[in-house]
Amino acid sequence: MFPTPIEKTSLNSQRLYKIALPIALIFWLLPLIAVALTSIRSAGDINAGNYWGWPTSFNMLENYTAVFTNSPIGHYILNSFKVTIPTVIGTLALSCMTGFALGIYKFKGNMLVFFMFVAGNFIPFQILMVPVRDFTLSIGMYNTTMGLALFHIAFQTGFCTLFMRNFIKALPHELIEVARVEGVSEIQIFWYVVMPLMKPAIAALSVLVFTFIWNDYFWATVLTQGADTQPVTAGLASLNGQWVSSWHLVSAGSIVAAMPPVLMFFAMQKHFIAGLTLGAVK
Amino acid sequence: MRAYWKANQLKLAPWLFLTPGMLMFAIYVIMPIFQSVDISLYAWDGLGEKTYVGLDNYKELMDDEAFYKSLENNIIWLVLYMLAIPAGLFVALFLNQTVRGIRIYKSLFFFPFVISQVVVGLVFSWFYDPTNGLMNILLNAIGFDSIAVLADEDYVTYGIIVAGLWPQTAYCMILYLTGLNSVDSEQIEAARLDNAKGWRMLWYIILPQLKPATFIAVVVTVIGALRSFDLISIMTSGGPWGSSRVLAYYMYEQAFSEYGFRMGYGAAIAVVLFLIMMLYIGGFLYKMYRDERGR
Repeated sequence: MFPTPIEKTSLNSQRLYKIALPIALIFWLLPLIAVALTSIRSAGDINAGNYWGWPTSFNMLENYTAVFTNSPIGHYILNSFKVTIPTVIGTLALSCMTGFALGIYKFKGNMLVFFMFVAGNFIPFQILMVPVRDFTLSIGMYNTTMGLALFHIAFQTGFCTLFMRNFIKALPHELIEVARVEGVSEIQIFWYVVMPLMKPAIAALSVLVFTFIWNDYFWATVLTQGADTQPVTAGLASLNGQWVSSWHLVSAGSIVAAMPPVLMFFAMQKHFIAGLTLGAVK
Repeated sequence: MRAYWKANQLKLAPWLFLTPGMLMFAIYVIMPIFQSVDISLYAWDGLGEKTYVGLDNYKELMDDEAFYKSLENNIIWLVLYMLAIPAGLFVALFLNQTVRGIRIYKSLFFFPFVISQVVVGLVFSWFYDPTNGLMNILLNAIGFDSIAVLADEDYVTYGIIVAGLWPQTAYCMILYLTGLNSVDSEQIEAARLDNAKGWRMLWYIILPQLKPATFIAVVVTVIGALRSFDLISIMTSGGPWGSSRVLAYYMYEQAFSEYGFRMGYGAAIAVVLFLIMMLYIGGFLYKMYRDERGR
C-alpha cells in the first residue's frame, strides 16, 4: 500500500510490482490496443472474421493510405486546425487581459465578474445551443470554421480567466507597486511586467485548450456540416456511418484523429498536467 | 482626454482589460441562457414564426416518458460516474512509486483522457461488438454467452458509462498523483512511528491531505457526468428505442434531428438540465467565496 516506498519492501514484492506494472498497463489500454491491432489488418481478414488471430498480412501502410485517399479525413484535420489554432490564440489573448484585470486590481464588482466567468464554465452546453446557433446564422458564420472558433473563444475564456487570474494573483505584488512608483503606465505594466511572467500559464493553457477544442464534438455538430467545414471529430463520426463494419478503416481513422492531441500531450506533458491539476494542491 | 486617463488610470484600466473578454462571454454564454429560457415558452420549428405557448412545453415534459427515462439515466450516470474518483485514487496509489520508467507508465495510464470522446466511443463500440468484439471473445473463452451490450435496453447505459469512466478515471488519477506529490512526508513518518499502516494510514493521514484533489475530482466528475453527450451520440444515438438517452442528448434530438425541429421543447429540456446544474454551480461558488474570503 501507498506510503511505503517500494524500495523499502522485500525483494519479492519489488519484483511483483515490476511484473504487475506492465500487466496492469496492458489491461488498462486493452481497448486501445485492440483498435491499434485492427488498424493494420487487411480487408480480407476483416471479412473472414479473423480479428484476433495472427493477421494474414500486415496492411498498416495500405490502411492508413486508404483512410487518406478514400475519405476527406485530410480535409477534416485541416478544418480542426483552422478551428483550434485561432481558438487558442483568441482565448489566450482575452484571458490574459481578463485574468490581469481580476488578479491585479481591487475594484467593486471584481468578485462578481470573476464568479460569472467561473460559473459560465459549468453550464450545460444545451442551454446555449439554440441561441448560439441562431446568432451564428444571423452573422452569416454558420458552417464556417471561424464561426465555430468564435464560440469556442468565448466559452473557453471562462476557464482560462479562472486559471490566469489565480496565476497572476500569486505573482509578487511588489513588482507592480515598484513599477507604478516609477510612473510606468498600467498598459505597460501589463505588457512589460506581467506578461513575461505568464509564460508558464500561457504554455499550460495552450496545450489544454488545444486538446479540449480538438476533441470537441458537440459544437462541431451544432455549428458545422459537411466535409468542407467539419472538424475531424464530427468527420470521424460520419465516416463511421459510411464504413459500416470496415473496422480496419474506422480504427485507422480513429488513430489518425487522435494523433495531434496525443503528440501535443507527450511534447508538453509537464505544462499539460500543471494546467489540469490547477487547485489539486493547496 | 489624456490627462483624464492619467488621473484615473487605476479605475479605468481593469474595465479596459475586461471589456473584450466580457463582451464575448456576454454574447455567447450569458445572453443565450436567458434567450433559451425565453424560447422555451414558444412553439418554434427554428425557421418560421414563433408561437407563444406559455408553460405548455413544461407541462408536456411532465407527461413525457422519454423525459423521465432520460432523467433517470442522468441520475445513473451521476452516481456511477463517481466511481472514477476511488478508481482514480486506486490507480494513483498504485503508480505512486519511484521505479525505473514509472513516468512513462504514468503518462500511458493518463492516455485515455487525451483522446477525444468520439474516439473513445468508437474504441468501445468495437470492444463491445457482439460478434467480433474483444469483450465477447474473452467472455466466450471463459464459457459465457456473448452480450450485445449496446443493443440491450438493460445494459446499454451501463456499457456507455464504463466507456466514460475510462478517461474520467485517468483524469482523477492525475489529480491524485499531483496531490500525492505534495503529501507531507514528515506526517507520514510520524504516523508510521505510531504504527499506522495500510487502510488506517490512507484514511487518517493521506486522504485528509488529498482533500483539495478530491474536491476538484468531484467537481469535474459531476460536470463530466451531466455533460455526457458525445459517447451516447457515437455509440448508440440514444438507442435502442431511446433507452440510453440522457437530458443533454434528448434535448439535442428534440431541437434538431430527423424527428423535426422543436426548438421550444428542446429549450425547455435544456432549462431543466441547467437548473439541475445550477445546484452544483451554486455550491461550488459558495465554497470558492468562502475560500476567497478566508485568504
